[in-house]
Amino acid sequence: MSNSIRKWIFVLLVPIAVIGVIGSVGSGGHGVALQSANVNLSDKDSLQRGAKYYANYCMGCHSLKFSRYNRMAEDIGLNADNGFTDDQVTAFLKENLIFTRDEDGKQVKTGSLMTNAYSPKAAAEAFGTSVPDLSLVGRSRGADWIYSYLKGFYLDDSRPMGVNNTVFKDVGMPHVLADLQGYQTLAHQEGDDHGAAKLVLSKPGKLSAGEYDRVVRDLTGFLAYVSEPAQLSRKMYGILTLLFLMVLFGFAYALSKEYWKDIH
Amino acid sequence: MSDSDSNTVDVKRRRLLIAGTSVVGAAGTAAFAAPLLISWMPSARAKAAGAPVEVNISKIEPGQLVRVIWRGKPIWLINRSDQMVKDLPSNDSRLTDPASGVETQQPAYAKNPTRSRKPEMSVLIGICTHLGCSPTYRPEIAPADLGADWKGGFYCPCHGSRFDLAGRVFKNVPAPTNLVVPPHFYKSDDLILIGEDGGAA
Amino acid sequence: MAAYPRKTEATGLLGWVDERFPVVQTWKDHMSEYYAPKNFNVWYYFGVLAMLVLVIQIVSGIFLTMHYKPDTGMAFASVEYIMRDVPGGWFIRYMHSTGASAFFIVVYFHMFRGIMYGSYKGKRELVWLIGMVIYLALMAEAFMGYLLPWGQMSFWGAQVIINLFNTIPFIGEGLSLFIRGDFVISDPTLNRLFAFHVAAVPMILVALVFVHIVALHTVGSNNPDGVEIKALKNEKGIPLDGIPFHPYYTVHDIPAIVVFLMAFFAVIFFAPEMGGYFLEFANFEPANPLKTPVHIAPVWYFTPFYTVLRAVTLSPFMGTLAMFGAIIMLFLLPWLDRNPVKSWRYRNTAHMLNLAIFAAVFIILGYLGVKAVTPEYKEMGVRMTEIYFLFFAVILAHSSTNRGRYLVWFVVLAGSLIAIDFWRYNPDDLVSAAQIKWQWVWPIGYLAVTLLLPFFVKGCNAEKTVPERVTS
Repeated sequence: MSNSIRKWIFVLLVPIAVIGVIGSVGSGGHGVALQSANVNLSDKDSLQRGAKYYANYCMGCHSLKFSRYNRMAEDIGLNADNGFTDDQVTAFLKENLIFTRDEDGKQVKTGSLMTNAYSPKAAAEAFGTSVPDLSLVGRSRGADWIYSYLKGFYLDDSRPMGVNNTVFKDVGMPHVLADLQGYQTLAHQEGDDHGAAKLVLSKPGKLSAGEYDRVVRDLTGFLAYVSEPAQLSRKMYGILTLLFLMVLFGFAYALSKEYWKDIH
Repeated sequence: MSDSDSNTVDVKRRRLLIAGTSVVGAAGTAAFAAPLLISWMPSARAKAAGAPVEVNISKIEPGQLVRVIWRGKPIWLINRSDQMVKDLPSNDSRLTDPASGVETQQPAYAKNPTRSRKPEMSVLIGICTHLGCSPTYRPEIAPADLGADWKGGFYCPCHGSRFDLAGRVFKNVPAPTNLVVPPHFYKSDDLILIGEDGGAA
Repeated sequence: MAAYPRKTEATGLLGWVDERFPVVQTWKDHMSEYYAPKNFNVWYYFGVLAMLVLVIQIVSGIFLTMHYKPDTGMAFASVEYIMRDVPGGWFIRYMHSTGASAFFIVVYFHMFRGIMYGSYKGKRELVWLIGMVIYLALMAEAFMGYLLPWGQMSFWGAQVIINLFNTIPFIGEGLSLFIRGDFVISDPTLNRLFAFHVAAVPMILVALVFVHIVALHTVGSNNPDGVEIKALKNEKGIPLDGIPFHPYYTVHDIPAIVVFLMAFFAVIFFAPEMGGYFLEFANFEPANPLKTPVHIAPVWYFTPFYTVLRAVTLSPFMGTLAMFGAIIMLFLLPWLDRNPVKSWRYRNTAHMLNLAIFAAVFIILGYLGVKAVTPEYKEMGVRMTEIYFLFFAVILAHSSTNRGRYLVWFVVLAGSLIAIDFWRYNPDDLVSAAQIKWQWVWPIGYLAVTLLLPFFVKGCNAEKTVPERVTS
């Protein structure tokens, strides 16, 4: 008996250990120290604010071309559970989030993908580079990177847009949130190690540092959500699945024990 | 494993455990299969493409037919002239279902002599109820190929089915039922939304 | 051949079928009257788990194929379409991506089980060889599947692997052009690898698994004691230590399958990226032939061989040869390990240490493969590669417990290592010279543990007597 329990502990621990080892090796890899974004995807208000900021500040250039307006609205809390009718959601989306128009000049439908009319060619002319779609930036770069990036702009006369970034060296993009944050300058630069540099606010914007952090956190949370909409629900399915498998294990283990009474 | 062991085997307990494991296991397999099968349902893309269509009808001349696409099907909007509306009842004796008795072919608000919300404006799914071809619009009166009784209507080129200007099917043609009126409602005098009943079904 | 009409004890529908197809006999041969040793331990679960994962991969793969588009312009978007727009699509995709890694985890355990208990011995060489071909097919399948999402890692991973063919003298350039169907990896490459991934290789895999099992059931399963249970039978001809596979091992496997599924679904629902190891972060960017990602590493299950490739810098072709050689060596195991004792339980201590070190070295090679190259790691990669290949020589040396031979083997192997080091040593290259100067301890230490230890310490060379019957 004790032998078989030991065996099952082993069976349980081996995969967990393997997964643990692989998982622990996985962290790290980024060269620059990043600030923790601490986003909370169950905070629907934050997601809704993030969506609004995104539509106003980012969407003009950066599409979210794998995401759909109506699905996004549903996921960030604009749904029947929170007392919104379909018409209200449509009206809200058209007023606050959908700025894209189709070829006839009509506002696109709520089921549309969140593309924009900014052509890669226009982007190349304005910034000398293509403007990336940000549907998956929350997965390819991670939330901490986005958070640090949005807080990492500083004045740099040598750059075409007049700004540089601590986590994205020689970025081609202007500091679009400058009216909120203001402008930072690099206090001291130690060689090429941008991570060690310290940023000082030289020209304040409309928001205090704390308020700006909140805006950036909302935006980061929204992008983290957009990168994988399924993450809002999959943990719940996971718990149900594991509970179910425990029940099945109980039956299967008892069945096995019963038959193996025959074996001496 | 020797035969003497079979005396001590608790057959009932074994059957019970086999049943329990099988039932729970089968439930698990079903739960596992569900997402696979659900993936065949219309995706968000298909649903977006199947969203209601808004049509501005102010520019449709009397007697003109306009086609739009809803869920990949041709939708006809026909602005029937006064004469066309007046001629409709004259077909009744030659129709299979003049009073729109088959419930599935139109919403309740279109179960009337003109099969429409407003008498002049007909909204129809332009697909023959026989085998799915799209009939041709033949508004002219008594053309040579359709006979002297023809008051305008639709003729299906595939198998010769005939419908009048309210989409009602004539007798002795392959098509069994009238053309389908899709759910629609007037958002304003000039705007029709196809695909929704607007609550007033 | 059976007489006509076939005789059957079965009645009804089963009888009707059994007259025409040997269902009853097949069931008996492989399930209810297939006598498996009664002393299987946890290591014996991985075979059935590998079959389970194969089924999961085929089923989830079929459903992914219904939504995926093998076109460089649409592939990436169609994967995101599956992740977002297709109902339940994310679950199917995560099953498939997690299943790929799970397959290798399970298969690596399954292979190590075979090495531990000498499961390739006693007319089981073909079982092992077929298994190795399955492993090769699995690697091909995984590599081709990884191109399909058309992300950055897909593209650059395939770029590196296909360019391995470039290193073959004379025909290499033409061969890689032939494989790509273009001068770069592009639409024709994606399309043909898709065809192989969803049709050709799965068929081969299923056929090979079938043959693997037929071969196994012909010779009978080995067990942790390495005892041939067929040697002792009762009056009915049933092995004394054998029990019918069904019902005893079928009911025995179900709890193990459930435990495996717990871990499997835990990854799917709580950590589908598995820290970037099951789904690499850079692969969430669409393939861009103009920009290589900063840090490029293959998926974890290839990294041991990737380190071997990087370690051999003699010439690119030699690196490729070493990498494939590392896999080929495993094929030869049944003919290298000539020791008649199967299970490591009854082999000498040196052999147990040898296997444990080999497993550790394989893991270290894998770890080095995901890390960026530093001088330490580079030299360690070389040293671990040396141990990897030395393992097969030591296995051969351990074929008999003749202590005199150990010394000869040690002198020859250590001598060749030192010769290679002298040849590699370049005093002008200070950094790597410093590394060579201390990291030689790894392979020499390995040889000392596996060959000198049993030479000097008698206890470490003592084999135990293999019992007649299995132990429980």
